[in-house]
Amino acid sequence: MKFLAKSALAAVLLAGTAAPGWSADGVVNVYNWSDYIDETILQDFEKETGIKVVYDVFDSNDILETKLLAGGTGYDVVVPSGTFLSRQIQAGVFQPLDKSKLSNLGNMWSVVSERTATYDPENAHSINYMWGTTGIGYNVDQVKERMADAPVDSWKLIFDPEILSKFADCGVFMLDASDEMIPAALNYLGEDPDSHDPKVIAKAEDLLMSIRPYIQKFHSSEYINALANGDICIAVGWSGDVLQARDRAAEADNGVTVNYSTPIEGALMWFDQMAIPKDAKNVENAHIFIDYIMRADVMAKASNYVYYANGNEASQALLEPDVIGDPAIYPSEAALETLYTTTPYPPRVQRKVTRLWTKVKSGQ
Amino acid sequence: MNQKSRDTDIPAVEYLDSRSAQGPAGSLEELHKRLLLLPPYRWVTQAITRSGLSARGILIATPYLWLLLFFLAPFLIVLKISFSEYAIAQPPYTALFEWVDDVFIQIRLNLENYQLLFEDDLYWRAYLNSVKIAGISTFLTLLVGYPLAYGMTRAPRHWRLALLMLVILPFWTSFLIRVYAWIGILKKEGLLNLLLLNLGVIDQPLVIMNTDMAVYIGIIYSYLPFMVLPLYASLEKMDDSLLEAAADLGCRPIKAFWQITFPISIYGVVAGCFLVFIPALGEFVIPDLLGGSGTLMIGKTLWAEFFSNRDWPLSSAVAVVLLLILVVPIVAFQKMQEKDKAA
Repeated sequence: MKFLAKSALAAVLLAGTAAPGWSADGVVNVYNWSDYIDETILQDFEKETGIKVVYDVFDSNDILETKLLAGGTGYDVVVPSGTFLSRQIQAGVFQPLDKSKLSNLGNMWSVVSERTATYDPENAHSINYMWGTTGIGYNVDQVKERMADAPVDSWKLIFDPEILSKFADCGVFMLDASDEMIPAALNYLGEDPDSHDPKVIAKAEDLLMSIRPYIQKFHSSEYINALANGDICIAVGWSGDVLQARDRAAEADNGVTVNYSTPIEGALMWFDQMAIPKDAKNVENAHIFIDYIMRADVMAKASNYVYYANGNEASQALLEPDVIGDPAIYPSEAALETLYTTTPYPPRVQRKVTRLWTKVKSGQ
Repeated sequence: MNQKSRDTDIPAVEYLDSRSAQGPAGSLEELHKRLLLLPPYRWVTQAITRSGLSARGILIATPYLWLLLFFLAPFLIVLKISFSEYAIAQPPYTALFEWVDDVFIQIRLNLENYQLLFEDDLYWRAYLNSVKIAGISTFLTLLVGYPLAYGMTRAPRHWRLALLMLVILPFWTSFLIRVYAWIGILKKEGLLNLLLLNLGVIDQPLVIMNTDMAVYIGIIYSYLPFMVLPLYASLEKMDDSLLEAAADLGCRPIKAFWQITFPISIYGVVAGCFLVFIPALGEFVIPDLLGGSGTLMIGKTLWAEFFSNRDWPLSSAVAVVLLLILVVPIVAFQKMQEKDKAA
């Protein structure tokens, strides 16, 4: 029975192969991050185009990449993050977009597309969906109670063991993503956050080990609820997720105030990109879907719903003031300058990085 | 088959035969004749006859075929991947066999993955920790399961079926959902803490979630039926008059238990322990959901190598070594069963 349960789980993990595999004319199979779209957008799309959307979600780049590398996913549109996309392009997973079919291409924002071109030269394979930063989410009152002058706008709050130790009792979460936390640590140390030099990366290890005793859990989605419920004080997390926690707490009116800060030392700017796998069966529909999402009103609706910035300049006029006006979502020009991007690690370095991360997480 | 079990078989067969003298057997013959009119059935039957295989041979061959198809073949694939090298490609590893000039097959064995397993203490600590966690939870499951099984066999006969059902019933719910339910019970503001806080037993919530403790609780809960069922089977066969005789001869109940009951149930104990220990060793779901970041188990390590590292060759090597480690208790279990049958 146990074996059954386990193989069932494995089947779920690797199922994409079979699950969405219908190739009827009026279908597009989309695989996107969880909690990442206003569902009415999908309904409107179906109404307008008559194409049925089969929408499936994941919560980690790793799951998506494993499926893509195994091949035959049955998906027509997938949404990996920049560094992952870059490696997947190298592995030959995606097909180049037919730009003649993307009428809304003029809506895109050069500030974003210039940066995404480092992952996908000339943006040949992908269109930006959303982007955001990796910063600090915190419980305003709990943090103030433990340290009146806590440096909430600085990575010192996380990487100075003396400061972080003050918050260990009320809970500190960190993203379970080595490719984001190691650059953050290097950036704090004044090193190049995008360094692939094992000697430099080792410095990040020392820093992370020094604060390890005060971190309760490494997880990439649990912190939303934990922050909103007031279970934890601090989480290193993704901008939009922390802002969702802020809104959930406000809605619940539970006396918890959550805030997000993009640290002054700079933060990782990441991009989630829509792309079409090489073995997609509904290539035409995939282009229609991507083009629909690129419409200014659709993209604005999506951002207004999930509190993430998008790479669509035309949509900005249609954004709610609490989205476009929030520096946590759309940083100022000056803050934008401090943000950094990273590139994927080569295989040998990647192995060392994962090993390092296991060591940090297990604390031994 | 041995003499003893054949002895018990024969009456059953005779019983069936006497009951349905011309019934099913006769109509089977009839059915066979009719089916021969259908080409596919005829072809298969003829092929079997021609190949010289008896029905008995086919019966014996089937499980081997099954194992070949669903165990050996996947294992060989994993073994093959474990000797390849990580590559940024689809699939993400290099080919093991390569045609050279369309004539020769070049085989490139990459032993580095296995070398790394020995050099890096992470893997050995993960294996050892898995053995430790599986071992301790097997022992604890035995401690919980034995009284349970014993109590069941002592219960009035008409209750036993209901009690057995109660042990099996949780299987009707998905294993994953049952483990998720434990998060609701064990977390800081979970049911257990609420109960204990309200009863005044504790004044600070217990931190169980995300620790090894939660993993032990999860494993013991999930695998308890695997311990209880074989124990129940072996205890139920026990002859009560043995205990009565012991009592008549002045043996105290505790001594009688250790001298009579326990030795009789030893095969149930061993079977239960293996059934818990072997799957617990490679457990992934429970440590992932209930354990903390510090819980090092080989199932999780394998997952990380596969998903975070995208290193299929190395994770295949981890899996092959895990299998080799598991072979020891499995073979021991096999030997034990053979001895049990022979006895």
